[in-house]
Amino acid sequence: MADKTRTSSERLELLVPLGAIALGLLVGAVIIALMGENPLRAYMALFMGAFGNFNRLLGTLTRATPIIVTGLAVALPFRAGLFNIGVEGQMLMGALAAAVVGSNFSGLPMVVHLPLAMLAAALGGALWALIPAWLKARRGIHEVINTIMMNFIANAVLAYLVVEVLRQPGEMIPKTPPVLATAQLARFSDFLPGITARLNVGFVIALLVAVAVYYLLWRTTIGYEIRAVGLNARAAAYAGINVPRQIMLVMVLSGVLAGLAGAERILGFDRTLALGFSPGFGFEGIAVALLGRNHPLGVVLAALLFGALSSGGVWLSFTTDIPADVVVVLQAIIIFFVAADQIVRAVILPKKKGAA
Amino acid sequence: MGSVFDITLLMATIRSATPLVIAALGGLFAERSGVVNIALEGKMLIGAFAAVVVAFYTGNPWLGVLAALLTGALMAAILAVVSIKYSANQVVSGVAINMLAAGLTVFLMHVFFGTAGTSPSVERLPTLGLFTPIVYLAPVLVALTFVVLYRTPWGLRIRAVGEHPKAAATVGVNVAATRYVCVVLSGMFAGLAGAHLSIGTLSVFVRDMTAGRGFIALAALIFGKWHPLGALAAALLFGFSEALQIRLQGGGLPTQLIQAVPYIFTMVVLAGFVGRATAPAALGEPFKEE
Amino acid sequence: MQPILEMRHIHKRFPGVLASDDVSINLFPGEILAIIGENGAGKSTLMNILFGLYQPDEGQILIKGEPVKILNPSQAITKGIGMVHQHFMLVNPFTVAENIVLGAEPRQGVFLNIDYARRSVSEVSQRYGLKVKPDAKIEDLPVGVQQRVEILKILYRGAEIIVLDEPTAVLTPQEIKELYAIMQNLTAQGKSIVFITHKLNEVMATSHRVTVMRRGRVIGTVATKDTTPAELANMMVGRQVLLQVEKTPAVVGDTILAIEGLVAKDLSGERVLDGISLDIRAGEILGIAGVEGNGQTELVEVLTGLRRATSGTVRLNGADITNLATREIRERKVGHIPEDRQKRGLELDFTVQENLVFGFHYQRPFSAHGLLNLAVIKRHAERLIAEFDIRTPHSETPARSLSGGNQQKIIIARELYQEPDLLIAAQPSRGVDIGAIEFIHRRLVEHRDSGKAVLLISPELSEVVSLSDRVAVIYEGQIMGVVASNAVTEEQLGLMMAGIKSEHLHIAAQRSTADGR
Repeated sequence: MADKTRTSSERLELLVPLGAIALGLLVGAVIIALMGENPLRAYMALFMGAFGNFNRLLGTLTRATPIIVTGLAVALPFRAGLFNIGVEGQMLMGALAAAVVGSNFSGLPMVVHLPLAMLAAALGGALWALIPAWLKARRGIHEVINTIMMNFIANAVLAYLVVEVLRQPGEMIPKTPPVLATAQLARFSDFLPGITARLNVGFVIALLVAVAVYYLLWRTTIGYEIRAVGLNARAAAYAGINVPRQIMLVMVLSGVLAGLAGAERILGFDRTLALGFSPGFGFEGIAVALLGRNHPLGVVLAALLFGALSSGGVWLSFTTDIPADVVVVLQAIIIFFVAADQIVRAVILPKKKGAA
Repeated sequence: MGSVFDITLLMATIRSATPLVIAALGGLFAERSGVVNIALEGKMLIGAFAAVVVAFYTGNPWLGVLAALLTGALMAAILAVVSIKYSANQVVSGVAINMLAAGLTVFLMHVFFGTAGTSPSVERLPTLGLFTPIVYLAPVLVALTFVVLYRTPWGLRIRAVGEHPKAAATVGVNVAATRYVCVVLSGMFAGLAGAHLSIGTLSVFVRDMTAGRGFIALAALIFGKWHPLGALAAALLFGFSEALQIRLQGGGLPTQLIQAVPYIFTMVVLAGFVGRATAPAALGEPFKEE
Repeated sequence: MQPILEMRHIHKRFPGVLASDDVSINLFPGEILAIIGENGAGKSTLMNILFGLYQPDEGQILIKGEPVKILNPSQAITKGIGMVHQHFMLVNPFTVAENIVLGAEPRQGVFLNIDYARRSVSEVSQRYGLKVKPDAKIEDLPVGVQQRVEILKILYRGAEIIVLDEPTAVLTPQEIKELYAIMQNLTAQGKSIVFITHKLNEVMATSHRVTVMRRGRVIGTVATKDTTPAELANMMVGRQVLLQVEKTPAVVGDTILAIEGLVAKDLSGERVLDGISLDIRAGEILGIAGVEGNGQTELVEVLTGLRRATSGTVRLNGADITNLATREIRERKVGHIPEDRQKRGLELDFTVQENLVFGFHYQRPFSAHGLLNLAVIKRHAERLIAEFDIRTPHSETPARSLSGGNQQKIIIARELYQEPDLLIAAQPSRGVDIGAIEFIHRRLVEHRDSGKAVLLISPELSEVVSLSDRVAVIYEGQIMGVVASNAVTEEQLGLMMAGIKSEHLHIAAQRSTADGR
């Protein structure tokens, strides 16, 4: 009997994101139809854009890379019951640090320079997360507003530094000086002829980070305590766990991940920091974490889905009259259904009396 | 620097404070009844957009305002159903609504206008005297909110539901219905605030034009201790910081950093005051009827 | 004279427990009926049925001889029933008048007619002698006055039958006297009162008749002047079949825990612990008996580092552990079985395995260098599952799926494994089936026999008496007395639990075994 309860609640966990995706695609199809376009053609175009050929497939993986990491950055504190909406700002700070370290210190061997740049990125993100973390752990101020404010402040600081201080002269768009070769993450296109997608080692690192997060959560004492605090903070306190300290720790770790997400973009994808390089990777990370149910594997899969949708959206706007932004709407609707998971359950599950 | 502080700064403050105070009043109703209102930002954005779209197609900005009220109410109604009937996590639902609003507005801007960043110009609200009408409406709304909340039976029940829903239920107050009404009302207020941003000040819609004002309005609400007059004072303060920031640009200090001032200010205020501010006691807790 | 209220043959079953078992009571106009019983006796459930919060499975309610159906509180109010709950239903920032008129507000057009409200509140207040200031804010008022507001609320709506649910639980002695006067006044004006309590002296002081309940049944109804506290106490606790625990006499050693003058306050500054002094020695079980809410929870919280003591000391094996952090206290070999296993003792969504190391997960051999040693944890879990007979499909089942008794076994296994010098067991058999209870009791005795100390807290008097070597009774944050469990009768304990100090009772061999009192 107990076994049945276990697998049915696990099945539920899987059904909700799948149900949300299905419902989201359905609503999206309705919207597309209302625009006078053929939904099936549109979704076909999306698919072709994401996976149509090898280059596009790599492009999808490239687009998914930053949101794998930002998704993990959001999922981790969620496990402790915290909502880190500030991943966007933390990523920007990490990117900034990576850009500064990466474009200076010439003469350092790659073995030192690259890790140093990534470390700087991690630190940048961590420090940016520290302030709201402290305010939450010690003062109990809800992290949602503070992290959102930090996002705006990060935007402002970045804008100032990139435009006024660090700007590479002679460029049309404001961007930082190029990252030196010793701090670059290798791109696969360097070894594959005919490939334009800028998939780089950062993708592999992202997957490794996912494994690391899994390992952290389920194989370490820190992860054990994080999960305990998230599931039942009271019982955790009774068991002797230092709850405020765990809150700060998990927020800082989240900042580290966000910073690393920024590092991939700067050291691998772009090799410079151009203002506006992020179309909201931090926020997509929130969506991806919710859809992936805060589990590293779920986050990777959800990130791949969202990456595919974004990549596909570009192709869609080329081949139809449908703007690429329909993808953003689709994603938002899917997330809405994930948030309102009770609706999904009500629709998808057969009538259950007194469900678990 | 003496030329910075003059009458035009005062007018700019009032203009900047208007959407903040109106949105904050909307948030007031919802939060006073016990429902967290993270989605003010999204509702403002949708309202701003709807106002421009309708003004574009009808040439009548007043109809645009009406559209803003209706779409804000609609978005809020969706949030209300999800949070109240289905007991979803109010913060997560709010964030989802914000994302939906951001995505929808950009997408629909493409669909309706074929543009990516800015909509075409529309007929703006007429300037009456110094300001556009919504600015004059703001203090009226403050007064109305005060009267409703503190001088009517309905206001008494709203406050009761937010403090101790069980106590209200035992004397026969319908907790769910009260909350639904308040959340929808907050959507209308937020929509109105958005309309001011688009057709009350500029005459266009710009993507993400709310720029966090919904959250600043929420901070004003908290700083104002969930009281209409407090929210007004706080909104004026935040409006001042925004007006000052615009004024200081080009005055030698880095533009971009000055733009951060309102947000830094908000954080400082929250850090200093939230510990002592008393939220409605049942804020954020879903109420399950027996 | 016809009763104004009758409840006939009420049955109410909740999953797993029969809350009301063929309960019949009646209430005559102008009388005060006391309903008395221990926690879990079924008094509150019965009144909640009367007030429309629950529906009876069987049975009838008659008001003035007419059968009625009460489906919700609004209907109860219309039928003239008013209830003052133990936890007040008042909106703290509101004024007295606002609270009283909420839901039935006098209007002037679209506005709230606050003047009219003030006047009617004054009028009702004067009529019944309940002095209140209509414009005072509830949060500024002392508890006794708040209670008057609750009573006024129901009088304002025309209640004829007034139910007071444990009204004195939150009052000072002076306020209690004022309440008695109010009750007399109300009945003089024709109201009828049902007075729920567990305190015998109050019953004797106020009521005309008293109904005793135990385990969902009515044991009997007597006229107050025809009975005595001792007789009532006897009816309350009854001569139950005790789960006799076989144990050899205690072989007592050094003092393991010494509590002296412990004081703790709650958020409003009230003393929840009012100068507690106790000793527990190695090889003995000290039980703390008392009705829930008299400070037991707070005492455990202070001992386990979850609540600050404002004064006094706690010494463990001689070392001062007052106000240390929970983890440090646990590392000094204090084990804790919390009173609410689901909220405080377990992570329901963790596996059985993970729960069996909860709180010790960071120590060797369960982890090293910050990494969990899953193999060791699994072996440990399998061993404990076998040894403690924890019924679970396998060690990776979520704890949520287990029965109450097995969940409790997880906690006990986990704590006993560490062989703590002091084991604090709070309500260890709550919600646990008989077979598991016997097992739990046996393990507690074994722990004591191995030369350790056990502090047992339970509202179940029979459990405390049969398990403990000595029993301390707690009442309103103070110790009423510490007696040898084999030298005291249950009636005497019942009286102590109701606030009568042990020196007023004749308890054999009290002085030679008790410490401190």
